[in-house]
Amino acid sequence: MTAELFVWWMLALVAIASAVMVIAAKNPVHSVLFLILCFFNAAGMFVLIGAEFLAMILVVVYVGAVAVLFLFVVMMLDINFVRLREGFLNYLPVGALVGIVLLAELVLVGTSWALREPSPVLATVEGLDNTRALGSFLYTEHFVVFQIAGLILLVAIIGAIALTLRQRVAVKRQDIARQVHRRPAETVTLVRVETGKGV
Amino acid sequence: MSAIPLSHYLTFAATLFTIGVFGIFLNRKNVIVILMSIELILLAVNINFVAFSAALGDLLGQIFAMFILTVAAAEAAIGLAIVVVYFRNRGSIEVEDINLMRG
Repeated sequence: MTAELFVWWMLALVAIASAVMVIAAKNPVHSVLFLILCFFNAAGMFVLIGAEFLAMILVVVYVGAVAVLFLFVVMMLDINFVRLREGFLNYLPVGALVGIVLLAELVLVGTSWALREPSPVLATVEGLDNTRALGSFLYTEHFVVFQIAGLILLVAIIGAIALTLRQRVAVKRQDIARQVHRRPAETVTLVRVETGKGV
Repeated sequence: MSAIPLSHYLTFAATLFTIGVFGIFLNRKNVIVILMSIELILLAVNINFVAFSAALGDLLGQIFAMFILTVAAAEAAIGLAIVVVYFRNRGSIEVEDINLMRG
């Protein structure tokens, strides 16, 4: 067993174990932390396979953004975690059945295919490292798709903000436009009060 | 890609995919864990893409995996926003409570 294969097995076993813990942990906070561990191991696997840029993107996007977002939501919402665990075992038989059927199907598919001859239009760049090669494809041939991906992210940003933005009606706020437009003539009145009378 | 055969990666991705689907069935009440299971499934798909990309020497798989990553991030943001709004309105995130439109 070469060192590379040994590292691969380590990464794979830890990733599988942490994936199991994601769905089996009692506390959702632990689930998120195990998800982070799983993504770290997958990133290590990407490094092993030679896709360094994707590994870094995985760490940045998933661990840095998505997992923190999950953690934030889990900790912000005041959820009764015990109630969420009720009926956990009721779903176990159905879930196990579906899982076994799915795994059997995947094994059947996985053992019964063969690679065709590689298509002649392979997208490869010789003599460049992974990041440069990806960039030379992404910014030239697939530029439109790249822009559409940016558009999807923009829609996601606007959607998330529009969903969670809350306009409170009963709260007094500073209205700067009104403040600026106030004139002394319409707000200040001089009252000459006679002595001993009051206003 | 020399030392590790492609079948290793495919088996690993299939196992991860199955765990994700299993998690959706197992945690029928907790929306957040369901979202995490979807992330696991998308990760398994990404591993498949990258493994085939490396095996065939074709960079398109990695580019596609990057777009999957984009969509996964957008999906997580929108999904969690919906969870937050739902919790604000109903005070619970149990899937079984989401039945107002059942008719």
